[in-house]
Amino acid sequence: MYDFEYHKPGSLADAVKLLSADPDSKPISGGQTLLPALKHRLNKPTSVIDLSGIAELKGVRREGDKLVIGALAKHVEVATSPEVKAAIPALAQMASTIGDTQVRNRGTIGGSVANNDPAADYPSAVLGLNATIVTDKRRIAADDFFQGMFTTALEPGELLVAIEFPVPEKAGYAKMRNPASRYVMAGAFVAKTGGGVRVAINGAGPGVFRQAEMEKALAANWSPDAVAGVKQSADGLNSDIHGSAEYRAHLVTVMAKRAVAAAG
Amino acid sequence: MNVVTPFEGIGASVRRKEDLRFLSGRGQYTDDINRPGQTYAAILRSPHAHARIVSIDTAAAAAMPGVVAVFTGADMPDLGGIPCGWQIHNKDGTPMAEPMHPVLAVGKARFVGDAIAAVIAETRSQAKDAAEAIEVEYEVLPAVATMEAALAPGASRVHDDVAGNVCYDWHIGDKAVNEAAFAKAPKVVEFELVNNRLVPNAMEPRAAIGDYDPTTEDYTLYTTSQNPHVIRLLMGAFVLHLPEHKLRVVAPDVGGGFGSKIFHYAEEAIVTWAAGRVKRPVKWTAERTESFMTDAHGRDHVTKARLAMDADGKFLALHVQTLANMGAYLSTFATSVPTYLYATLLAGVYTTPTVYAEVKAVFTNTVPVDAYRGAGRPEATFLLERLVDVAAAETGMDRIEIRRRNFIPNDAFPYQTPVALQYDSGDYTATLDQALKTADWAGFEARRAEAKARGRLRGIGISTYIEACGIAPSAVVGSLGARAGLYEVGTIRVHPTGSVTVLTGTHSHGQGHETTLAQLVTDRLGVPLSQVDIVHGDTAKIPFGMGTYGSRSLAVGGSAMVKAMDKIVAKARRIAAHLMEASVEDVEFDRGTFRVAGTDKTKSWGEIALTAYVPHNYPIEELEPGLDETAFYDPKNFTYPGGCHICEVEIEPETGITTVVNFTAVDDVGRVINPMIVEGQVQGGVAQGIGQALLESCVYDSEGQLVSASFMDYQMPRANDLPPVSVATHTTLCTHNPLGVKGCGEVGAIGSPPAVINAVVDALKDYGVRHIEMPATAAKVWGIINASRPAMAAE
Ligand SMILES: Cc1cc2nc3c(=O)[nH]c(=O)nc-3n(C[C@H](O)[C@H](O)[C@H](O)COP(=O)(O)OP(=O)(O)OC[C@H]3O[C@@H](n4cnc5c(N)ncnc54)[C@H](O)[C@@H]3O)c2cc1C
Repeated sequence: MYDFEYHKPGSLADAVKLLSADPDSKPISGGQTLLPALKHRLNKPTSVIDLSGIAELKGVRREGDKLVIGALAKHVEVATSPEVKAAIPALAQMASTIGDTQVRNRGTIGGSVANNDPAADYPSAVLGLNATIVTDKRRIAADDFFQGMFTTALEPGELLVAIEFPVPEKAGYAKMRNPASRYVMAGAFVAKTGGGVRVAINGAGPGVFRQAEMEKALAANWSPDAVAGVKQSADGLNSDIHGSAEYRAHLVTVMAKRAVAAAG
Repeated sequence: MNVVTPFEGIGASVRRKEDLRFLSGRGQYTDDINRPGQTYAAILRSPHAHARIVSIDTAAAAAMPGVVAVFTGADMPDLGGIPCGWQIHNKDGTPMAEPMHPVLAVGKARFVGDAIAAVIAETRSQAKDAAEAIEVEYEVLPAVATMEAALAPGASRVHDDVAGNVCYDWHIGDKAVNEAAFAKAPKVVEFELVNNRLVPNAMEPRAAIGDYDPTTEDYTLYTTSQNPHVIRLLMGAFVLHLPEHKLRVVAPDVGGGFGSKIFHYAEEAIVTWAAGRVKRPVKWTAERTESFMTDAHGRDHVTKARLAMDADGKFLALHVQTLANMGAYLSTFATSVPTYLYATLLAGVYTTPTVYAEVKAVFTNTVPVDAYRGAGRPEATFLLERLVDVAAAETGMDRIEIRRRNFIPNDAFPYQTPVALQYDSGDYTATLDQALKTADWAGFEARRAEAKARGRLRGIGISTYIEACGIAPSAVVGSLGARAGLYEVGTIRVHPTGSVTVLTGTHSHGQGHETTLAQLVTDRLGVPLSQVDIVHGDTAKIPFGMGTYGSRSLAVGGSAMVKAMDKIVAKARRIAAHLMEASVEDVEFDRGTFRVAGTDKTKSWGEIALTAYVPHNYPIEELEPGLDETAFYDPKNFTYPGGCHICEVEIEPETGITTVVNFTAVDDVGRVINPMIVEGQVQGGVAQGIGQALLESCVYDSEGQLVSASFMDYQMPRANDLPPVSVATHTTLCTHNPLGVKGCGEVGAIGSPPAVINAVVDALKDYGVRHIEMPATAAKVWGIINASRPAMAAE
């Protein structure tokens, strides 16, 4: 780890001020991604801004037909929150499968979504549910937020404050884990809302993406069988020592089928 | 008063004495040790698999805050190379190629992670910061990352003085007899397979602290080693040129070794030498990435085999050709693994009359490869037990029947194999029958059908294996090229009040010796377990012993203790005879009590011990005071544990995920000292075997970059990857050591991989699968299922 300055602001405004004062600073939430990167000397921020003391980023609440989850909500909070379980059980279930107990007790939804690891879980829920990302400056639609591997619409110094999830009629998630890292090798989040059907695929490609053909098939017939026949193209999918693009493409269909079955 | 003590001797499942220390965080591992004035070393490592070092500029690094010194290979002109402990000879009788292995690279870097420079600084961070400031100019050379690439015509040379990158081209067995048998054979089965390269991944990373006292010129090395005396000898005599009395090596608590901590590593020499230079202690602890890059890896064989059979499935001849990866340099025992620990096991448990094996050892631009749990024997077992299954499939014979037909029968022991070894005892039918029964082999087809109804492919696999351990008779291994003797030593030190300290040359790094070895003393001398302590791991305390590997601690180290206890008992009987005014021949000793035969005259253990040290009434003219004896034991033969492993798997065809649902092990490990510890050792070994078979794969890319360099990409078995493992033993005694023990540390890792793969192949039998390479990952299994789908659909 290289040396850095450490700040722990008590308000969103102070955090934003600190971040804009130092272009080489980095916010830290649960530290489950940033800390390993620092320890491996892969990242060299001049200052680290600890968000954990900012009340505006905390909490999980139901607001009408929306579920609002603060950026600092830890995976374990999402997994066990009665509000989440009642409104979007698939999201609680997803959170309960992220990493291990230690990771879930530290890692946050804001950190995960801001990081946009292609193998992360939450991005598929955000995209699949057509959620809105609330930042200290603006509101960003999920479709505009994720921009490929580790890239989002967040500008430098912009903080993710909360995520607003529309409460769906039905939603389900299934994933195949990478055998070594246990991150996602191929996952599918399917949701049926007033706004229609969405299918978001994570793990398999360089970033989370929507599967239009599956969305069409499910809109016509909400059943596992409807997606079982939809083949995902292997073009552009990841290929590595754990599996070829063809394998991942195949898994996309299998996971979509299972996600629909899980959604009921 | 009559105290009823629980039985703690041989055969008792007593709890491990060491666990309270480990489980409560009071273990003292190398990194827990801090010496006054300690500095920290960081090693700059090569990012290239193969590169000429054009220049190294350390000026900027040396000027960084906290830096005490910066060293490169050029600073160590007087140091010797890191030695290899076993010389193999080529088919033509010439010795193997043995290129120099400098402590810090000189001239060239030969693998990713090769040590280029060492920075010594006040803190670990400062050392790392300065290491990054060292400027190295490399001229990148073409790398040979695989054996295939290394052997290709015109391939780049790992060592400029080793043509063709061949370390040796060795053989064993009678070629002419073998060829004649093939020429006549009615049936020949041919087969090729790979034994996948593994990263050992001990839980505790390697660490070393060098300490130097300028007033006495004494050096001390604290290190994560399985054999401190071996390190002292190798490093002292060959690398640093320090005599034994000026070098102390301490291997304190060590958190797992699996072979990877047998070897003498560059970092040990670096910190010891540097401590002398900077006149302060120097500590180095591997980061996990360094462990992946620099701990000697295991396995990595590519093999072609032919098995000749008669019409009844009797094996007539076996011919094996193996390429074995050595990596970039010869690690301490690397050369012996694919030869005398591998090819000598190719008879297996079968009566195959002729075996001829050829082994070519190859240098590549990868980290050195050496012994890893089982070392050579898992490779032999995997080959044989897959080959036998393939032979059964191709002749339409039953997998069990073909094995039974070829087993070495019980009345054939001692059995001389065609590949040098002489097995002393075993009962392969008994372990097979017991395993078949426990695993309900007969009921398997019903389980397969039930699984099929659930959409799962279920398979069952078997392996009947043997291994050779308890290494080893010094004269035998010496004649085969070992540059060391492989005896062991034990001191039994009886204290005046009768409690006992044992000094052993073996080393415990998870195996539970502090318990098992103490049980030997309790059993023989009648001293309660709480009164026996085992001391190991410090050359200043223990006599010269060879350490722990090859499941030798009990068979060789335990036997040395028995010899020392014999001396103790003999002397104690003389003291007792004197006290009871009887003749020595009339004094009987049984667990703590000396008795004049046929009388009620007795003396207790404590009385004799006290008399030995307070010799007021003592035969002082004939007998020295004290009760402290040392014995060395050189084994007469290897020991030969064997047994049967049965594995049952289920495959989910949609994803290719294989789940091990049942695992049965019935092992003959000789006499069992502590059944609970044996069960744990076998379970641990089976976990590693399942890891190798289904999960673990060390991958270098074609440029020699280590792709699986962290747990993000290298899959270790997790608890939920493992089934409950049913462990049982069936004992035939070793005939040539005083305890009748054989060894249990490696059997799990040796017997299990082929059982798992045989089960996977069985599960996929409708898909026309002949073989699947390890690890049988979900992606690989799905690939097979997917590729044969059209064929299935057409049927
Ligand atoms: C062993 C292990 C296993 C894991 N397994 C999984 C898994 O299976 N699935 C999965 O999805 N994830 C997994 N993770 C990642 C984990 O979920 C992390 O918690 C998550 O990726 C990041 O959240 P964090 O709060 O820890 O963020 P941090 O590490 O604190 O930050 C991550 C990044 O986001 C930025 N950031 C943090 N908060 C904000 C904010 N409010 N606004 C803007 N930027 C911000 C930081 O600057 C940093 O760049 C695993 C992690 C570990 C260590």
